[in-house]
Amino acid sequence: MSSKRVVLTFPPEVVEQPVVAIMVKQYEILTNILRAQVHEGEVGRMLVELEGDTKKIRAAIKYLKEIGVTVEDAIRDIALDESSCISCGACTAVCVPGALSLHGEEQELLLNRKKCILCGFCVDACPLQLIKVKF
Amino acid sequence: MKRTVSEINEKIKRGKVVVVRADEMTEIVRQEGAREAFEKVDVVTTGTFGPMCSSGAFLNLGQSDPPIKMSRVWLNDVPVCADLAAVDIYIGATAISEKAGMNYGGGHVIQDFVDGKSIRLRATGYGTDCYPRREIETYINKETVNQAFLFNPRNAYQNYSCATNGSERALYTYMGILLPKFGNITYSSAGQLSPLLNDPYYRTVGIGTRVFLCGAEGYVAWQGTQHKPSVKRTKKGFPVEPAGSLALTGDLKKMSSRFLRGARFHRYGATLFVGVGIPVPVLDDEMASFTGVGDDELETSVFDYSEQKRSRRKLGSVTYEELRSGKVELLGKSIPTAPLSSYKVAREIAETLKSWIAKGDFFLTEPVQPLPVEGDLKVLEAGRRKGGQVVQ
Ligand code: SF4
Ligand code: SF4
Repeated sequence: MSSKRVVLTFPPEVVEQPVVAIMVKQYEILTNILRAQVHEGEVGRMLVELEGDTKKIRAAIKYLKEIGVTVEDAIRDIALDESSCISCGACTAVCVPGALSLHGEEQELLLNRKKCILCGFCVDACPLQLIKVKF
Repeated sequence: MKRTVSEINEKIKRGKVVVVRADEMTEIVRQEGAREAFEKVDVVTTGTFGPMCSSGAFLNLGQSDPPIKMSRVWLNDVPVCADLAAVDIYIGATAISEKAGMNYGGGHVIQDFVDGKSIRLRATGYGTDCYPRREIETYINKETVNQAFLFNPRNAYQNYSCATNGSERALYTYMGILLPKFGNITYSSAGQLSPLLNDPYYRTVGIGTRVFLCGAEGYVAWQGTQHKPSVKRTKKGFPVEPAGSLALTGDLKKMSSRFLRGARFHRYGATLFVGVGIPVPVLDDEMASFTGVGDDELETSVFDYSEQKRSRRKLGSVTYEELRSGKVELLGKSIPTAPLSSYKVAREIAETLKSWIAKGDFFLTEPVQPLPVEGDLKVLEAGRRKGGQVVQ
């Protein structure tokens, strides 16, 4: 068993296919849709958490790629310029999932990419404009 | 028992001074009592690093040939104040770029200057017999200008209120992004490390006091704007709302962007993160007790920023210990909290100042003149229109 967060980008012809249902049924993968963005006739994007057998997740990702879906590791989609960060904490005010938080006696900012849902609120909240989110 | 500033300076000179950070002093006073702490410790260093809008820098640009009396000046497209002598300007931290908007402002110009970057200057003048030139475009940097000093009319606010939002939509404020329906609380004070909270009645800090300012030596020039000592205080004397403040000045060319950062608050505007550290001499038991204050004894109030009024309703009181824990209980629910000022860098400032003093690189001063310990704030009433005229 393992879990993985991926960002799926659907080309228009795939947007309408029951991809999620297939993942659940054929590959026995629990799919938790954390964010979704579909514009009519345009490419759709989805942040999903896949939970299931490691091999089956791999097979499912292979299937997705075959039907034309782009699969990206979600943790790569948030970038924080840590060397310029002053640990002010302003970004933590809007990070509802708690991916950004202050730690220890030093009150240092830490980003836990596994908790991030790529909502992008922190991009606006950082007074030093150090965060970039791609979704 | 008492101790004087000159005795402390004597100890600094001999390398015998005992100096600790304000958070370390809290532990010492808790464990050994104020009397023992006074015996042991000579100086307590404080620090704060937060967005301070009332900040800016004076520059003298040097004169061009033929000379110009600049009346309008832009640095990297940010308008600055030029209503002084011919080539003197003041960069206000909150001015915003005419091209980039809020994403780049006076605070960023000041940071770029400190970092030694080249800054584009554009100036116009109306032309006079003594200053015939009407415009100039060029580049300046730290090396090309004459004097450059930070002059911040209001820094190191003694305590600050927290913000929350009871409305249905997110609010974009100088207190950061406030989520709807009391979704968060933001606060902006270094608490137990904060300079003026360690000397609540300004017994040791006053006009002329030498301080740490953005990585260099600076000085207290005056009481800060909105200095308002007559506020509600705890039994021990610590203000529970914004109280005293300081006007600070120092050599911009010697500062470091580690302790000075241009910033923008989304849909609010530009500002400057300013790093301030003040050494507090432990003159007697009372000063030991003051500097021993901890986050659990320091309180502040929470206000609903969706009330667009001068005086907002106070929703409750919280301690800095509660705020720093990450959530507070208020209005029957648990609300997440977030700071805007950096505790980490505040601590680093207190630590840096501590090492300067311990190494004999920084000496304490006695105030030339004390700060007012009483005083309240006046307000500005909008005038009324009466027969085409504005009356008060
Ligand atoms: S993108 Fe959203 S979830 Fe991710 S760190 Fe930023 S605020 Fe948190
Ligand atoms: S808001 Fe920006 S500078 Fe402040 S802690 Fe977060 S990432 Fe760092």
